[in-house]
Amino acid sequence: MAQVGIREFDGKNIIKQAANNNKAPLKIKSLLYKAGDSFLKLEKKHPFLKKEKLIVKPDQLFGRRGKYGLVGLNLDWPEVKKWIKQKSQKPFLINKAKDRLQYFIIEPFVKHKKEFYLSIETKRDFDQINFSYQGGIEIEKNWDKVIQIKADLLKGLKNSDLEKALKKDRNFEALKNFIAFIYKIFIDFNFTFLEINPFTIKKGVVYPLDVVLKVDDAAFWENSEIYQNIEIPVPFGRKISKEEQKIIRLDKKTGASLKLIVLNPKGRVWTMVAGGGASVIYTDTISDLGFGKELANYGEYSGDPSTLETYQYAKTILELMLKEKSPQGKILIIGGGIANFTDVAATFTGIIMALEEFREKIKQNKIKIFVRRGGPNYKEGLKKMKKAGEDFKIPIQVYGPQTHMTEVVNLALKNL
Amino acid sequence: MSKKSYSLFDKHSQALIYGNQTKAIQRMLDFDYICKREKPSVSAIINPTGGGPQQFFFGEKEILIPMYKTIGKALKFHKEIDIMINFASLRSAYESSLEAIKAKPIKTVVIIAEGILERKTRLLIANAKKNNTWIIGPATVGGICAGQFRIANTGGTLENIINSKLHRGGSFGLVTKSGGLSNEMYNVIAQNSDGIYEGVAIGGDAYPGSTLADHCLRFEKNPQIKAIVVLGEIGGLDEYEISEALIKKNITKPLVAWTAGTCAKEFTGEVQFGHAGAKTGSLKESADKKNKVLKKAGAIVPKSFNDIGKQINKVYKNLVSQKIIKPKKDLQPRAIPADFEDFKKHKKVRKPTQIISSISCDTGEEATYLGIPISKIVKDQNKGLGYVIGLLWFKKELPQFAAAYIEMILKTVADHGPCVSGALNTIVSARAGKDLVSSLVSGLLTIGPRFGGAIDGAAYYFFDAFNKDLNPRDFVAQMKQKGVNIPGIGHKVKSIKNPDKRVENLKNFAKKNFKNTDLLNYALEVEKITTSKKENLILNVDGVIAVTFIDMMKSLPEIFSQREIEKVIEIGSLNGLFVLGRSVGFIGHYFDQKRYKQGLYRFDTDDVLYLTKGKTN
Repeated sequence: MAQVGIREFDGKNIIKQAANNNKAPLKIKSLLYKAGDSFLKLEKKHPFLKKEKLIVKPDQLFGRRGKYGLVGLNLDWPEVKKWIKQKSQKPFLINKAKDRLQYFIIEPFVKHKKEFYLSIETKRDFDQINFSYQGGIEIEKNWDKVIQIKADLLKGLKNSDLEKALKKDRNFEALKNFIAFIYKIFIDFNFTFLEINPFTIKKGVVYPLDVVLKVDDAAFWENSEIYQNIEIPVPFGRKISKEEQKIIRLDKKTGASLKLIVLNPKGRVWTMVAGGGASVIYTDTISDLGFGKELANYGEYSGDPSTLETYQYAKTILELMLKEKSPQGKILIIGGGIANFTDVAATFTGIIMALEEFREKIKQNKIKIFVRRGGPNYKEGLKKMKKAGEDFKIPIQVYGPQTHMTEVVNLALKNL
Repeated sequence: MSKKSYSLFDKHSQALIYGNQTKAIQRMLDFDYICKREKPSVSAIINPTGGGPQQFFFGEKEILIPMYKTIGKALKFHKEIDIMINFASLRSAYESSLEAIKAKPIKTVVIIAEGILERKTRLLIANAKKNNTWIIGPATVGGICAGQFRIANTGGTLENIINSKLHRGGSFGLVTKSGGLSNEMYNVIAQNSDGIYEGVAIGGDAYPGSTLADHCLRFEKNPQIKAIVVLGEIGGLDEYEISEALIKKNITKPLVAWTAGTCAKEFTGEVQFGHAGAKTGSLKESADKKNKVLKKAGAIVPKSFNDIGKQINKVYKNLVSQKIIKPKKDLQPRAIPADFEDFKKHKKVRKPTQIISSISCDTGEEATYLGIPISKIVKDQNKGLGYVIGLLWFKKELPQFAAAYIEMILKTVADHGPCVSGALNTIVSARAGKDLVSSLVSGLLTIGPRFGGAIDGAAYYFFDAFNKDLNPRDFVAQMKQKGVNIPGIGHKVKSIKNPDKRVENLKNFAKKNFKNTDLLNYALEVEKITTSKKENLILNVDGVIAVTFIDMMKSLPEIFSQREIEKVIEIGSLNGLFVLGRSVGFIGHYFDQKRYKQGLYRFDTDDVLYLTKGKTN
């Protein structure tokens, strides 16, 4: 299934818990601060804040924080508070995405000299462990010094491979045990990507200073004891609207799949396409035909959703379409391929319910609707759609499998 | 059954279906039939909770497909199985797939479930490699070898199968990520060429069990396949492998390719599309980049998906002109009898019904009594059992007094001690170790003209006499003449001097609540005559129920017509009141015997008059 990033704070916590359970010599002390929360409560709960020198970083899933000047190093508590206040005031531009900094991870500042690097990636046939004695922000420049170890999926990580790769210095045991431990939880907890850059070792104890973690989202039920209270953060710069939130909630509740991403609320081309593959191709075609600027959303419904679910999905899209006025009107493409087993007539019933509810507004806002679909019961489904257009007096053009799947996009865009 | 290594499923393949997916199995068999396959392609079904053989259609004939609890057992009895189609849920698909992968005769495992952990899929892949087994999926609809073998729901309806020329082989090999789009592509290819030879959807996961490239290389080796179509997707590096194979001439057949997800440039930040493996982010994995790389390597890449049909058509015409493809005459699919259910849905058939129900219905959202949803009746505290009996027995919504009257009758007749014949029979059966239903029925079977079953008779005679305006004296005389005891008259122990309290209660209720008590008055006149002859010839419980019930109905002329009253008596509804009421008592006696663990009852010989003597040796 899909791979999702989780917060550094949550990742460190998972590692810390596992280390405690396995008695691994490892030290992690971190806390998460959300902009607007009470500093006073936090310092009462975590007395170390007022006693130690600290480090503070935003915890919102983007990397290269040092390069963006977003790491507050070796600060005392009043300085940290000032730093956070200053950074959370105005939006930042990170990688073309503009957003406010809202979550911060705060930890004791660990003075250190040595910086090690460890990452684990999954490949089709093996797991790749990358380790370096020269970690830190210049890791990419020093990539040629990275030691790569392949772990076979069936045989696991061989102790001898690990021992061969490491220098026989005073950190040998600590490193060997640490890498083996991290790889074990990588497997057990279904991580899909992990990067600890850097970590340091003091008197045999490992201090992971910076952690990036991605998890297989199927693990949220498989390892629910670990992930049950962890929320999946929204990528930096993505605002989730009320409507998208509604679809996310709906999607969680059903065995079917319902997805909605609003790309441009002012866009005049909206899609409501059945199928994970077809939905991408419809969206592609709009972009390929040069209407990317007018493309309003990406969305998909599949896996045989119930009539009520399809109704709610269609209703949400219509509500979004009606939010922004456009004197030239808009188009809605209700598309899809030739279904294998989804009952087309049944899913269309839900959509027609939504169209009926909004019939007057659809007319007022000059929304034209284009339908293309095939599959079980499609003739009845298309007939119903056609009749809905006539009954509600709204412009609906209906096409079946004889019309090429994306030809309807072509036809629709001519009406824009 | 020699199968070439490049063929994963064909006309010789026999499938094991994991999970009792009757619809998908029937679809496979229908495909087999229209393609004139000799043998149905499904050999056995695995259902971990067990069960007997399942019925399916092969054409118009019904066949049985055996069902087993374990894969091992199925393989023991069906040596011909070479492919398993796994419908297990995402939670259990790993274990069953692993077992199938390791099983020698199974060469291909199709995994339908979506949402399997990546690590588990990768472990399956590693095991498959070791065992030389192919995996299709997870998160897929499967694939199809045109005219030979269909995996589960692939290809959709039979109509679509024929329209997309999937009932006979063509010349194209198709591999897609998406299952839904594979079906679309069968149609596109059929419209622009002689159709596909084989098609596979590998599934939308980041780590599919077999890759686009794996299947392209397989198609390259298959001499029946003359050209390849690939529909890839943003995310992953699979398309690069195909490019490399093209460059290295490991793929030499014409290859039309399109990578979906070119719209990613319209998005800012990372976006997850509908498939788990389709994610924006890395430039190398972007659709635009992969399309470019494929084109550079020699693939035929259309300008947009909209043009893919044209490109396929060009390739086809080219191959025909080079005589690599020889156009064949189209095969007629064998017609399949229509499904009754399907026809019924579309109102194309009719058949006489077998039974009638005018009192209740279970076809809507909620079951109803006489059109009223059960929950509505249950919620209304004023509507009791009497009201429900009104609906289900008499098809009437009774006013409260009438419903209360029915409940009063039920309470009155619920029990009359252990000695009456019905209760005694129940007790004897219970003590003989019989179950509740047998013991209850044993009591109920006793009900008849002499015990509890006189209500209908009483109602009939009194009502008849009353309607004929017969004066009570003549009525009694006529009955005597016929030699018939008047039902509802007479009691074993009660008499005028020792009246039956139950009768008094019912009489009083009727007089107080009914507008009309003509029948009761008439019966009391009759009683006067009979009791003057013998003291115990009183109007008994059966009799009073019979006449007051008629009075109740006559008091509601807007609800019961004269004809309907006659009907109530004619169909024997009134005896039902005694049967229902007394069942409460019989059940009580049954529990009573069990509660006190009463042993087998044997009648005392002292209580038998033996008319023949037993031999004493």
